[in-house]
Amino acid sequence: MDTSLIQQYTAKDFKSDQYVRWCPGCGDYAVLNTLQKVMAELGVPPHETAVISGIGCSSRLPYYISGYGFHSIHGRGAAVATGVKVANPKLTVWQITGDGDCLAIGGNHFIHSVRRNVDINVLLFNNQIYGLTKGQYSPTTKKGYVTKSSPFGTIERPFRPAELTFGARGTFFGRLLDVDLKSSQMTMLAAAKHKGTSVVETLVNCVIFNDGAHSWLSEKETRYDRIIILEHGKPMIFGKNSDKGLVLDGFNLKVVTIGENGVTENDILVHDAHCEDTTLQMKIAMMEGPEFPVAIGVIRDVEAESYDEAMTNQITEIQAKSKIKTFDDLIDSCEQWEM
Amino acid sequence: MNNTKSTELENVVVRFTGDSGDGMQLTGTLFSNLSAILGNEISTFPDFPSEIRAPQGTVGGVSGFQVHLGASKIYTPGDEADVLVAMNPAALKVNADGIKKGGVLIFDEDSFKKSDFDKAGFKTENPFEELNISDTIQLIPAPLSTLTQSSLEGFDMDNKTILRSKNMFALGLICWLFNRPIDQAIHFLQNKFGKKPGILEANVKVLTDGFNYGNNLHLSISTYTVEKSHELPKGKYTSISGNKATAWGLIAASKKAGLDLFLGSYPITPATDIMQELALRKDLGVKVVQAEDEIAGITIALGASFAGELAATSTSGPGLALKSEAIGLAVMAELPIVIVDVMRGGPSTGLPTKTEQTDLLQALYGRNGESPAVVIAASTPADSFHFAFMASKIALEHMTPVILLTDAFIGNGTSLWKLPKLAELPEIKPNYAQPGMEGLKVTARDEVSKVRYWSIPGIDGFAHRNGGLEKDYTSGAISTDPLNHQKMVDTRKEKIDYISNLLPELKIEGDENAELLVVGWGTTHGHLMTAVNALNKDGKKVALVHFNYINPLPKNTKQLIKKFKKVVVCELNSGQFATYLRSKVPGEYLQYNKVQGQPFTVTELEEYFAGLLK
Repeated sequence: MDTSLIQQYTAKDFKSDQYVRWCPGCGDYAVLNTLQKVMAELGVPPHETAVISGIGCSSRLPYYISGYGFHSIHGRGAAVATGVKVANPKLTVWQITGDGDCLAIGGNHFIHSVRRNVDINVLLFNNQIYGLTKGQYSPTTKKGYVTKSSPFGTIERPFRPAELTFGARGTFFGRLLDVDLKSSQMTMLAAAKHKGTSVVETLVNCVIFNDGAHSWLSEKETRYDRIIILEHGKPMIFGKNSDKGLVLDGFNLKVVTIGENGVTENDILVHDAHCEDTTLQMKIAMMEGPEFPVAIGVIRDVEAESYDEAMTNQITEIQAKSKIKTFDDLIDSCEQWEM
Repeated sequence: MNNTKSTELENVVVRFTGDSGDGMQLTGTLFSNLSAILGNEISTFPDFPSEIRAPQGTVGGVSGFQVHLGASKIYTPGDEADVLVAMNPAALKVNADGIKKGGVLIFDEDSFKKSDFDKAGFKTENPFEELNISDTIQLIPAPLSTLTQSSLEGFDMDNKTILRSKNMFALGLICWLFNRPIDQAIHFLQNKFGKKPGILEANVKVLTDGFNYGNNLHLSISTYTVEKSHELPKGKYTSISGNKATAWGLIAASKKAGLDLFLGSYPITPATDIMQELALRKDLGVKVVQAEDEIAGITIALGASFAGELAATSTSGPGLALKSEAIGLAVMAELPIVIVDVMRGGPSTGLPTKTEQTDLLQALYGRNGESPAVVIAASTPADSFHFAFMASKIALEHMTPVILLTDAFIGNGTSLWKLPKLAELPEIKPNYAQPGMEGLKVTARDEVSKVRYWSIPGIDGFAHRNGGLEKDYTSGAISTDPLNHQKMVDTRKEKIDYISNLLPELKIEGDENAELLVVGWGTTHGHLMTAVNALNKDGKKVALVHFNYINPLPKNTKQLIKKFKKVVVCELNSGQFATYLRSKVPGEYLQYNKVQGQPFTVTELEEYFAGLLK
């Protein structure tokens, strides 16, 4: 990008002229608004922004962003986004996907794009339900949950997106909660700045088919006792009164109260999102209530060569070495004879 | 001294057969290339098992390579072999039916022992009697293994490595039989083994000894000469496989269009060579992503197409089935992409290494919704270059997916190819959105050709949202309006139909006043043409019309077919093109079909056509 062209954008510059068609009260609205703010803050012009999606409620999102958008087919957003980014690494590429699109039909593309570390920003809208097909269980629906396709409760063990991302050797994993705007913005911005596949599990509420799936976290009164907002290099402290923190107890995490039993702020674990080893990051990502707060923010953010960068570098390297510079050179290079 | 007489032949078929580890593909390739350098026309066909290494000496592991040499125009790798080289009894068993009466069998005596007969499933120790060929063919036994061992005596090599060179002894012997100087073969070996001087020296020694062995045999059989062909246009030639030609055609098109080539693909027999060939061409800026599956292969490519590159994906029948939904997306989003289907025997996993034309209806109709795409079929290994180029040109200039059908026969087979220069190839001009058209809608199109304007991400003023949902004809916004949907369906069809205006017209080959019109498409051209030519020579009134452009059909299709009273559609399936043709040009069509995983033979076609003329 030509730096002389950098200009200030506002969220409005990233709004398209399309009427937003999600249900009133849907968590996706908040995420869309936050995304538009983050895009403005990034300073990448709309025409260098590409938003790619598969199928599902959240996959409608590209229509509402003023940049280039491609609403593809079910589950294949990660593959399409890979093609866009590798074809033109100058573009900032966002992939919008849901728990069904990304983890059921698109599971294979998800793990492989993460493994390749293609420089795309994945917003994985997790409402733990199929919304667009009107209420069937998804790969993240809690076991035993009653849905239209599990009238007696699901008998399936759900995926936990963080585990899957770490298992696929992900270099970035973050989590945000639709209603918590400030942390959402921070997490999305960090995802956009990370070079490689950034997976952001976006906890959203489906007001129609799974209302309140994340309400235990979202309730205003108790929210900050139930989530912990992580920042790299800062002690992992949470609570309405910022008096709770995480420490290691043997191999496990433990919640402690600062000021009780001689615990001081110095005893609290400092979050290291840049650590190559995933052990502690995994423990943090897996925390669940009521025993633990749910981790929000950037959980893992490590550097590695991105796929698109590696492709460009290899082409440059081979082009410098090879005697074949043009198509006619290629023709000349083959075994040939006059007839 | 060599006192044997030499017989001049118009053309000859040689088939090299052995275990899949015996180096028959290399031997055959070397022999065909050096014959081409000496001025012969060539056509080759490798026939190998899907097992990588079946148990040694068994019929399951037999690999073959057939070469057809001609002093005049040849169109096929030939039906039956004039000369069969069999490295073991299993190879003989598999290929015995394919030897011409009076043909020559060269075999490795050392591998024709009791245990070898057992492995190949012979009941007796006389396989020639058992196969009923002892009276009809001439035998040239040669102890290839021991001769190779004594040739390499004193070389610092273990016995296994030494025996691996016995294919070169066989090649030397064949060079003698066909009066081929071995200098050229030595030159090829230098190119291949230049970096391994030990192996080079050994191969050259064995090759030379094989040639001299023939020379000193004083055999009672005649050697052969096949004179230079004078029918080819002058120029520089190479021998190329269809898969390589396809890959190079895509590269040429990308250069001509000023775009990078982007291939998303997944390994599948018999198409994998296309991906491997393109993976080599990073020097020409080709991006190849070996995807996690067939669907990712095409959707990654489609992402690249959306981003403005020449996108392609290569596959075979089962992969085409998996790509169906994404091809529909390319139809709906009106994005250019070339889908190469190297057809193989089906359905399901079918016969992965064998050839068929059974994906035609899948290519034409195998998608949900009204989903027209361009379908093209190549006829020969060499013309796969041209049709891959044209598939790319049509995709880019008409904003549509184009399915290019080749198959195992022409994908793996080789033919002579006159080397092109990029400057000689047609221009490719995509229908880009132009400066001044800022703000245009995603559905904005040329009102004559119905081709959508292509605007590329990264360019200011053209940002748009595309996708698989139906769009409003005017505003480009998503729409479920009934009349708009009808209009969009019609528009997408008109866009494809319009392409027929730009296609070359069909030509009649053979007798213009024929009583019988033979209709073929794609890979069968060589066999059909050879059969029609032979019948014309006998004064029989037959003609051929051959299709490469299938959807849309060339404009003069109806007019041409209606000239003939009797029309027979010949294809390697149960009648898919005949069915299609009946829907486009209603009428009576006879059918000649074969679904055996093998190409037609010229003999069967001649007999059938002659029968129809009675």
